Amino acid sequence: MPESQPRSQIILVVGGGISGITTALEVAETGYDVVILEKAPTLGGRVAQLNRYFPKLCHPTCGLEINFQRIRKNPHVTVFTMSTVAAIHGERGDYTVTVRRTPRYVKPHCTACGDCARVAEMKVQNPFDYGLGDMTAAYLPHEMAFPMRYVIAPQLIGTHEAENVKAACKYNAIDLEEKESTFDLHVGAIVWATGWQPYDATRISPYRYAYLKDVITNVEMERLAANNGPTHGQILCPSNGEFPKNVALVQCAGSRDHNHLPYCSRICCLASMKHAAYLREQYADVRVDIYYIDIRAHDKLEAFYRKIVNDPQVRMIKSKPAEIRIGTAGEPVVCGENTLTRHIYSNSYDLVVLATGMQPSYSMNESLVNLKTDDYGFIVPDADKNGIFSAGVAAGPLDVSMSVQSATAAALKAIQAVI
Amino acid sequence: MSTRNTGVYLCSGCGIGNAVSMDGLKNVVESEFKKSCKIHEYLCGDEGLDLIRSDIVEGMNQIVIAACSPRAMADRFRFNSVQVIRANLREQVVWSHPEKTEDTQMMAEDNLRMAVTEAGKSTAPEPQFDGEHSEVIMVVGGGHSGLTAAYESARTGYDVLLVERALQLGGMARKWSKRMPIHPPYQNPQPNTVANLIEAVKNHPRITVKMGSTVAKTSGMPGKFSVDFSDGSSHTVGAVVLATGWRPYDAGRLKHLGYGVSPDVVTNVELEGMLAEGRIARSSDGNVPEVVVFIQCAGSRDSDHLPYCSSVCCGVSIKQALQLREAHPDVMIYIIYEELRTPGVAEEFYRTCQRAGVIFMKGKVQKISSSLEITVNDAFLQEEIPLQGVEMIVLAIGMVPNSTNVEIESQFLDEEKLKLLSSDVNHYAPIKVAGAATEPITLSADPLPKGESILNLQYRQGPHLPMLAHGFPDSHYICFPYETRRSGIYVAGPVRRPMDMGESAEDATGAAMKAIQAIRTAARGFALHPRAGDLSIPRINLNPCTKCRRCTVECPFGAIDETEQGFPSVNVTRCRRCGTCMGACPVRTISFTNYTIDMLGSMIKAVHIPDEMEEKPRILALVCENDAYPALDMVGIARLSFSAYVRIIPVRCLGSVNLLLVSDALSAGYDGVMFMGCKSGDDYQCHFMKGSGIAQERLSKVGETLKSMALESERVTMAEVSIADSATLPKVIQNFVEVLESVGPNPFKGF
Repeated sequence: MPESQPRSQIILVVGGGISGITTALEVAETGYDVVILEKAPTLGGRVAQLNRYFPKLCHPTCGLEINFQRIRKNPHVTVFTMSTVAAIHGERGDYTVTVRRTPRYVKPHCTACGDCARVAEMKVQNPFDYGLGDMTAAYLPHEMAFPMRYVIAPQLIGTHEAENVKAACKYNAIDLEEKESTFDLHVGAIVWATGWQPYDATRISPYRYAYLKDVITNVEMERLAANNGPTHGQILCPSNGEFPKNVALVQCAGSRDHNHLPYCSRICCLASMKHAAYLREQYADVRVDIYYIDIRAHDKLEAFYRKIVNDPQVRMIKSKPAEIRIGTAGEPVVCGENTLTRHIYSNSYDLVVLATGMQPSYSMNESLVNLKTDDYGFIVPDADKNGIFSAGVAAGPLDVSMSVQSATAAALKAIQAVI
Repeated sequence: MSTRNTGVYLCSGCGIGNAVSMDGLKNVVESEFKKSCKIHEYLCGDEGLDLIRSDIVEGMNQIVIAACSPRAMADRFRFNSVQVIRANLREQVVWSHPEKTEDTQMMAEDNLRMAVTEAGKSTAPEPQFDGEHSEVIMVVGGGHSGLTAAYESARTGYDVLLVERALQLGGMARKWSKRMPIHPPYQNPQPNTVANLIEAVKNHPRITVKMGSTVAKTSGMPGKFSVDFSDGSSHTVGAVVLATGWRPYDAGRLKHLGYGVSPDVVTNVELEGMLAEGRIARSSDGNVPEVVVFIQCAGSRDSDHLPYCSSVCCGVSIKQALQLREAHPDVMIYIIYEELRTPGVAEEFYRTCQRAGVIFMKGKVQKISSSLEITVNDAFLQEEIPLQGVEMIVLAIGMVPNSTNVEIESQFLDEEKLKLLSSDVNHYAPIKVAGAATEPITLSADPLPKGESILNLQYRQGPHLPMLAHGFPDSHYICFPYETRRSGIYVAGPVRRPMDMGESAEDATGAAMKAIQAIRTAARGFALHPRAGDLSIPRINLNPCTKCRRCTVECPFGAIDETEQGFPSVNVTRCRRCGTCMGACPVRTISFTNYTIDMLGSMIKAVHIPDEMEEKPRILALVCENDAYPALDMVGIARLSFSAYVRIIPVRCLGSVNLLLVSDALSAGYDGVMFMGCKSGDDYQCHFMKGSGIAQERLSKVGETLKSMALESERVTMAEVSIADSATLPKVIQNFVEVLESVGPNPFKGF
C-alpha cells in the first residue's frame, strides 16, 4: 500500500534490452505511462545481437519485432535512446531523474534513407558485431534498429568528411553541432534493467584470446552465425576465412572462478550446446569438443543437452583447460587434464569458442546513482530506495525467459509504487 | 459511421520519386478511384504532416499514405481518430527494385491500388463494452506461489479469491525447515518466512481464502469467468492464476535405490520433515546417522522416470547437508551427483558446502544393498567404489507438476478431444545436421498427464490447459513466458516449470501482473498480447453459417464456443484477433470491421493483371505481417532485390487466410499464389501457435480446388520464412517464379 499519494505516476525503465522492453510494455499495456532510457542508439540490447535462442533455435529478432510493434502502437511508451541516468533525487512516488544524452548527430526527423551512409568513407569498428567487422561512420545500427534512425559516429565529427555527410542528407537531419545535454524527468518509480556485458576474455590470459585470432568468445560466435553478421551467417575461422573442421567450446571461461567471475552465468552451457548445433547444421564433417565442469541444463532444457551430446560428432571432455597455446601453424592448442581419465591432453583446433560469462553492466560503468549490490555487482533490494527495482540480468545471471519473468514481476512492483 | 472521406498522400522522398513516376501514381488514384491525391517530397516531415492535418481539419477522416513501410514512421503518421492505411512503396518497391523500369512502376501502382481498395473496405473498429467486468483475481493453490500471487495482487488494489484444496495454507513450502539463500552472501540457509506470508494473506482485507475447496468448473472469459466450486458455491472472477505447485516424484518407484527396501532410505522431502522437527534419526533404530549419503537425480534425468532436471534438487541437498552439518558436526556427508547444478549466484552456496567438508562424488550409483552399501561408479576414479557404513540415504527426488488432479480419474476420454490435447503437447524438434551424415536425434514423447483437469475449463478445446512438455503447462515462447493459450489464465510457480522459492515468488508476481493486465485490457475492449491494443473483434453472421464447426475447432485460443443449436459464439475477451476463424470459414461469414475476406479479395482483384502476351506473370504473396513481412522490408533496407512480379498482401497470421482467396486469385489471372508464414510443427514460431500449421494443412487440400479449375498444383505453394531470412528470401521467390514460368501462364488471364 502506498505510504503517501505518489506525486508522479510515470514509471522510468533504465535499459532497453529484452528485460527493460518487457517491463515497459507490461506497464504500458496495463495503462500506465512509461519512459525507457537506452544507452545505445537502438533498443534491443544483447538479444538483438544473438543469432538464435536455445532450445527452439528461433531468432530473437522475431520476438523483438513483436515488441517493437507493441511499442509503436502504444501511446503510453516514450523512448529516449543514447541516454543514461546521471542522478536520482527524491523518494518512492516522487523521483527527479537527471538524464544525460550523448549526441547522435542525427535529428529525430531522419527518414533512414541511408544517403549519409552512402557518402561516408570513414570506417569504424562495428560494435554490433563486437568489432568483428567495420562499418561506415554514418550508420544504421542494424536493419531492425528501433528507432529506425541513423547515427553519426563521434570519430567523424570535426573532419572534413563530416560536412559531405551532412550535405548528403536531403532532409537536413544531420546536426554536427549537437552537444551532450541533460534534462530532468519526474517519475514515481524506477526499474533498473541494464543487463550485462560479456566478461572481458583478454583478462583470462592463459587462453590467449588477445593473441590467437581463432580464439573467439561465445558472443562473437553469435555474430558469425547470424545472417546479418560479418560473415553473413557462415561460421568461418577469423584467421583465414576457412571452414572450421575441429572446434572446441570451452565452458566456464572466467566463470565459477575466484580470479574472474565467482558465480555461474547459467546460460553458457546451453549457449554452447546451441553453438554445437549451429556448427553441425553448417558442416557435415565438423567435430566439436566441449570442455566443461558441470553441464547445467535445467528443467526441460535437459532434452536439448541430450540431443547435442547424443550426436556422435560431439565429444564431451570434463576439464577446465589450463591454457590455450599457440600451435606450430599458429593454431590454438587447448591444453589441460581430463579430470575423468586423468589424461593430459593438448588438442589442436581450427576454432576455439570461449564460453565467457555475464557481468552486470551496472557495476561495469561508473555508478552515479549508488544502488545496493552484492559482491558481484548484481543489484539487490534496498529498503532505503523502495521505489527503485531491478529486472533481468541486472539482478542476477538469467536466461531470456527468466529475464522476462523477472521483468514482468518488476513491472508490478513499479506499478505498486505509483498507485 | 460518418461518410468515408478518404485522402491519398504520396511521398516522393527517400528515392521514391526518382524510381517511379509520381504523376503515374497520382493518375491511378484520381482516374481509377476518383479520390483526392497529393504528392509531397517529405511527407513525414513537419510540412508534410501539416498538409495532412489541414485536410483532416477540412473533414478528411481516412488517410492512405503511400510512402515507407507501415513498420516505419508509425509515430509520425498517427492522427487522432483518423484511420490510416499504408502502402509500402519504399522498402518493398523502390529500395528492392531497379529505378524507372516498367515493372517497378507497375508494382508501385498495384501497391497503391491495393491500399486504396483496402481503405474502401475497411472501417476502424470501435471499443465494445458488454456489461459488467469482474476485477477479482482467482488464485488456485495456496502454497508459496499462490500466496505470493494473491498478496501482490491485493497490494496492487485488486480483490483476490484464493482457493486451496487443503485445510491449511502454505503448501509444500510450509514443510521446509529453512530455505536456500536469496540474499548475499548466498552462503547459508535462510529462515523460511512462508508463515509470515500466510499471516499477511489471511489478514489482508482484499483477500478471501477459500479452504478445502477445489474448482469444479470454469467457464466464461477474461473479465467474466464463472467458476463453480466443489462446495456448490460459484463466483465470477476476472482472471485466474494457477499456482497448484508440485508433488514429489513417487519414490516407491525407486526400489533400485533402496526406497521401501530399507527404512533408512528417505527422500529429500522426508528429511526436510526431520530437519523441521529438529530431530534427525534413522527409522530403524532411532539413532542419529553417522554417515549420510545424498543421491542426486534420484528418478530425474532418467528416461524410465522423469526425463527432465528438476532444477532445485542440487541446491536442496546442499542446504540439507549444511543443516545436517550444523546440527551434527561429526556426521560424514556425501553427495553423489552426475552434474552439480547450482546456476547463478548459487555457486557460492555450493562452495560453502564444499568448505564445510561435505564430500561431493561425481558418479552414478550402481547398486544399493539392503545393508545400505552403495556401489558408485566414480567418474573421477573410473572405477566402482563401495561406500560402506552408510547409515542413511537421502534420495534427491524431483518435482512433478500438479497440472492435473491425479486423485480424480480423468473423465476426459473423448477421442477427438484427446487428440486436440495431444496436439498441444510439444517436444522440441530434432537438431538439423548438415548433409546426411547423422540421423537427426529425437526424443521419445512422454505420455499425457493423467487425472482430471484442475480448472475443468468448459471450452471447445477441452478442460485442460495446454501442456508444453512433461505435463508442465508452460509457454512455448522464449520471449513471452507468460503467453497463454487460454486468455486471462496464467500459470505460476513449479507447476509451470521446476523452480525454487525465490524464483516462484518472482514468477507469481509476474503472473499477478499479467492477470491484472488481462482484467484491465478486457474492461477496455482491447486484445491481449500479441495484438495488444487491437479493438477489432470477429463478427459472425449466423444466417449463412452451416454449423460446420471449423472456426470453433481451429481457434488456437479456444475462444469460440458452440451454442446449443450448434452455432459459433465468440467469447470476445478470450479472442486474440488472429483471424484463424476467418480463414476457417467456408462460407465467408466471419470478419472484422477492418479485416475481411471481401477486403482481401478486393485487394487481390485490384491488381492489374497483364495479359498473356506481355509475359509478365503475377504472383500473389500472402505474407505473415509479423515475420515474413519485416523480412521483405529488410530485403529493401539491405538494397537486395526480389522479383517485381510479386504482389504482397500482409495478413495477421497465415491462419487468417481463407482458401477461397486462392481460387479468387487464380480466377483473377494470377499465375501463382505463395503463402509466407512462420515455422510450424514442434518448434513452431507462429505467434498464434497454430496459424501457420493450420494454413499448411488447409493448403494440402487445395489440390482439389486446382483440379476443379484444371490448374496445375505447382501454382500454389507455401514457404516457411523467418524474420532473419531476408538474404535468402529473394531466391525463394525467384524459385517460385521459375516454377511458374515452366508451368506457363494461367489460362484464366483476361477472363
